[in-house]
Amino acid sequence: MANEKKIMTGVSRRGFLKALSVGGAGMLIPSGVSAVQERVPMPSDGELATLLDLSKCIGCGECVRACRESNAAKFPEPKKPFPDLVPASRARAEDWSDNRDVDDRLTPYNWLFLQNAQVEYEGESYDINIPRRCMHCQNPPCANLCPFGAANKQTNGITKISDSLCMGGAKCRKVCPWHIPQRQSGVGLYLDIMPRFAGNGVMYKCDRCYQLLDKGELPACISACPEDVQTIGPRHEIVARAKALAKEMNGFIYGLDENGGTNTIYVSPVPFKLLNKAVDKGKGKPHMKPVIDVMADETNLATATLLAPLAGVAAGFLGFGSKLLKLGESGNETNGGSDES
Amino acid sequence: MKVRPYPAWITRLYVFAMAALAATGMMQMPLTKRYFISDIPGMAWTSDFFLVHKVHYLLAALLLFVIALVAVHWFRYWYERLVLTPMGMARVVILGGLVVSGCLRVYRNLPDVSLDPSIILAIEWVHLVLTMVMGGVALAALLMKCSAYAKRG
Repeated sequence: MANEKKIMTGVSRRGFLKALSVGGAGMLIPSGVSAVQERVPMPSDGELATLLDLSKCIGCGECVRACRESNAAKFPEPKKPFPDLVPASRARAEDWSDNRDVDDRLTPYNWLFLQNAQVEYEGESYDINIPRRCMHCQNPPCANLCPFGAANKQTNGITKISDSLCMGGAKCRKVCPWHIPQRQSGVGLYLDIMPRFAGNGVMYKCDRCYQLLDKGELPACISACPEDVQTIGPRHEIVARAKALAKEMNGFIYGLDENGGTNTIYVSPVPFKLLNKAVDKGKGKPHMKPVIDVMADETNLATATLLAPLAGVAAGFLGFGSKLLKLGESGNETNGGSDES
Repeated sequence: MKVRPYPAWITRLYVFAMAALAATGMMQMPLTKRYFISDIPGMAWTSDFFLVHKVHYLLAALLLFVIALVAVHWFRYWYERLVLTPMGMARVVILGGLVVSGCLRVYRNLPDVSLDPSIILAIEWVHLVLTMVMGGVALAALLMKCSAYAKRG
């Protein structure tokens, strides 16, 4: 479909949009049309978000195919046989290398898939298709809780897993509210450290085609879409656009406040509660339930870590701590000399 | 039995905070379930990554309180009477690195904070490596029977 578009217009959509951006021709576009849609985001745009207008998606799967093509070079090529994991009863290899064609769920070889929901709402039937992939949270628990810094949120809003650092412990999958990252065993750093005793491969998920964004091009799923379902741009512009679109269609928004805010915002003509009930859910098939900010407690505790040393200083000056400390200075308090770390 | 020029309770509180921080830090790696530690009665919480993370934060707050209290007392009262031992000096330097990298770790986890991935990686690994170095130096101090941080000057 993308090729057909190229032939018909004589210039690719991507090239056209890029030209608009580079040449400043975007200024010629009526002011009512936001810059969000018309240009490829630049690094100076800061945190980027995507808007998915679910009323437009026809479920053709072009985005899924484009995602696979664009990211094929990043897909794992595992070494077999896999290490015998210890303990065998608890640690098991996960292998998708012989099922690379699976496209009805997330796998290490399929970072985007389509969910379908057939629902009745206010007397009308709806057939809604939902492209699902990483939500690229604003404060991603997968990155915050990764013990090795393998998962990181970049300044442009992309949360990316480094395949050269990931040990495949799948902690990111467990702490992700949607359990998005998927593991492939037999590949990655763990093979060079303690392959039987720690780690179990590499986790894979959407990285929003960072290699294309870095070149000023659109992510593959966006440029390939024949219906312009997705839009990418600076988050504040995308949020404004999503709200306007929801108001226009009397619709609903998902992803704006989920997990404290994500950079993937869905707008649907039917409530997400209905969509969540209707879609097929399970391993590699994320839900669409409301999600609280899973990092909220840590954010509050950060204040405690800031106040603790101030409390210590205050205690030191105000007497309480000093009195307690002085009690032991006379030499009456003894210690075995082996209890300090 | 050696007599220390500072009270035992502060030593015990410090040792508790450091040991518990080391333990909850290790538990950031997803290994407790794999190795049945979370199956031990009373240890199920170790496989709850969010809970372990929050406990780590609370212990860090406790450690920062102790450090600040002792630092104030050092500069007000102990400065002229006590001197750091060589092993004490080494651990104070490492502790400083752990505190700085830990605080940066907390900062990085705040909403609306986006750092360059190479900076995040540096913070993570400095914290991890310094923890291991601290463990090694503390073990060496114990074996060499010179674990006191300070002695009378």
